[in-house]
Amino acid sequence: MGWFSTTPFLNVPNSTQITYRKSSWWKLNQQRLTPWIFLFPGLLLFLVYVIWPIFNSLYISLLQWDGLSPAIYVGLSNYIELLDDEYFYISLMNNLKWLILFMLAVPIGLGLAIFLNQTIFGIRLIKSLFFFPFVISQVVIGIIFSWFYNPRGVIGPFLDKLGLSNYAILADENFATYGIIFAGIYPQIAYCMILYLTGLNNLNTDQIEAGRMDGAKGFSLFKNIILPQLKPATFLAIVVTVIGSLRSFDMVAIMTQGGPYGSTNVLAYYMFETALSEYGYRMGYGSAIAAVLFTIMMFYILFFIYRMYQSEKKGL
Amino acid sequence: MKKIIATLTAILAMGFSSSFAGTLVINTDLTDPAPKAAFEWAFNKFQEENPDVTIEVNNFDHEGYKQAIRNFLTTSPPDVFNWYAGNRMLPFVRAGLVEDVSDIWSDTGWVDGNLTEGMSHAKKPMTIGGKQWGIPYTYYQWGVYYRKDIFAANGISVPTTWDEFVAACATLKAAGVTPITIGSKYLWTTAGVFDYLNLRTNGYEFHMALTKGEIPYTDPRVHAVFDKWDELVKPGYFLENHASLAWQEAIPPMINGEAAMYVMGNFSVALFKEGGLTNDNLGFFQFPEITPGIPMAEEAPTDTMHIASGAKNKTDAKRFLIFLSRADVQEEMNKTLGQLPVNSGSKVDPDPFLEAGLNMLNNAYAMAQFYDRDAPAEMASEGMKGFQEYMVNPDRRDKILERLEKVRQRVYK
Repeated sequence: MGWFSTTPFLNVPNSTQITYRKSSWWKLNQQRLTPWIFLFPGLLLFLVYVIWPIFNSLYISLLQWDGLSPAIYVGLSNYIELLDDEYFYISLMNNLKWLILFMLAVPIGLGLAIFLNQTIFGIRLIKSLFFFPFVISQVVIGIIFSWFYNPRGVIGPFLDKLGLSNYAILADENFATYGIIFAGIYPQIAYCMILYLTGLNNLNTDQIEAGRMDGAKGFSLFKNIILPQLKPATFLAIVVTVIGSLRSFDMVAIMTQGGPYGSTNVLAYYMFETALSEYGYRMGYGSAIAAVLFTIMMFYILFFIYRMYQSEKKGL
Repeated sequence: MKKIIATLTAILAMGFSSSFAGTLVINTDLTDPAPKAAFEWAFNKFQEENPDVTIEVNNFDHEGYKQAIRNFLTTSPPDVFNWYAGNRMLPFVRAGLVEDVSDIWSDTGWVDGNLTEGMSHAKKPMTIGGKQWGIPYTYYQWGVYYRKDIFAANGISVPTTWDEFVAACATLKAAGVTPITIGSKYLWTTAGVFDYLNLRTNGYEFHMALTKGEIPYTDPRVHAVFDKWDELVKPGYFLENHASLAWQEAIPPMINGEAAMYVMGNFSVALFKEGGLTNDNLGFFQFPEITPGIPMAEEAPTDTMHIASGAKNKTDAKRFLIFLSRADVQEEMNKTLGQLPVNSGSKVDPDPFLEAGLNMLNNAYAMAQFYDRDAPAEMASEGMKGFQEYMVNPDRRDKILERLEKVRQRVYK
């Protein structure tokens, strides 16, 4: 034990009785308990707002319940229905599209960061302007892009020149999702860019010089010297991008509401639509979708934690 | 944010409201200027006539109300709340959250009771299981709004039969005008078209049976509706890209003269007029006849008032509902609302659209509430998605109807 328990002995040597009382159970266990006491408020909130809702949703997914009438236990039938639900597969596919295309934000963000990582007059202002998309609300971006895409809107005249007059991407079941992803990537690029910009600030110049001396330049310098040093930034950028793509909801809600006829649905929005929208209130079914989404995310998170654990073990 | 504030205010107001007899707590979502003004007038008038009653109003944001109603009805029920007729009130009635008000619909001793007298034609949508669960205070007609000047320029007269209607569309299309504008991003506009095609092809009883889930979507009579719809969709008589437009966004093409008709509710008139159309170039006609001999039923979504089963002051709540049903009250309120009074004793302002609507509804064989109010929410949502998909890809009709049939079997089991 540390000095806590021994101090009273040193300070009050002539009164053993008091000393004895002071080295009570609390005194003896103080060091072990203190972290838990500090953790307690956080843990409590975590239990109430994260753990409990997860298990409660899993439980609700076994029910047929509209939120008002008494719930009926239906076992796995919500999940069985899910297997035969066209919209569910469409949503799953769209999630996949989001996941893959969203990854583009990482290299584009890196490119922009390298482009902006120079010292000329006014670069701070330019950097902030590039970062701006991440600061404005997703809802605003969604609305602005809807205006862009409107054939009578901003890009209408350009489409006319391309021979695509009156083409509304958001009304085209085959391409609407890509239209939304494009809008969603716009702030994500800014996010990745800022991560890389901070990474670039911390580059080790000695290594670069050493590399130069060994004859590395251009792409090989970038690939072998700079990129490895940006590994933490890359890691973070990929993590936030994957999570960002899986929880894509706001853009879909603002730009198409999952339409036309469900073709731009993603799991997060489909879950909302079935459980909470004006025509929804199938709490059980919505929870079943949530459970599927949770499982997908869980796989990813476990993989992520495993990787982190491995690299910590290596002492990196 | 607005919603949160409104909810918070409401919660606070509920918390502090004293529950002594004579206080009437009313929850509403009347945030738009016209309904707000109409109800303020009604509240003042009621208080004038009943000085012993104090009215307390909790006003919610319109969209937030749809969520909030589920909470407040179960946790802190008001005395009176507004909602919609037909299937929309069914979940609440079924959950026992709405008070049975059959006694004021028939003569059981309430002063000015016996509402059936003035509003018999609107009794059906208020009835579930043989009992009445609220009162209607306003409704509006649906039909076809059109550009009189464009019709005149192309030598088209108002169509009264299906053939004339399709011919009019063909003429307009040939003249480079989009015959019918529509914005289907939020789906429900497609249901308006479907309902009218269905009401005219198969009649009101079929509409009710279909929305009650008694008829398979693969039924030949449903196919007959889509055959008629094909005649409009396949030649491209509807506005392009409608799936990306909200209903309001489909109005500018008509104001610009690029489109000539809109199957819509009367609430659209305000927007048309804001856009610069006047009574001279904007007109209204009843959706034309399809199957000859089928009595003409109309779409007339009805707004209603109900008493919560957990209400503390049911007596005054019933007095208030009776008050809202009175011919003079509905007349005055609907003047402000710009809609139609339900009580047949009320008159309307001299407005061509209201007069046409009143005339049409008073002669209507029956009144449908609208696909998404007559059918259960789940069916409605899938159905309207299907209608939208059909309007973009008419070739997928069979696939869509099979899917809807699958949904029907699940929803109504």
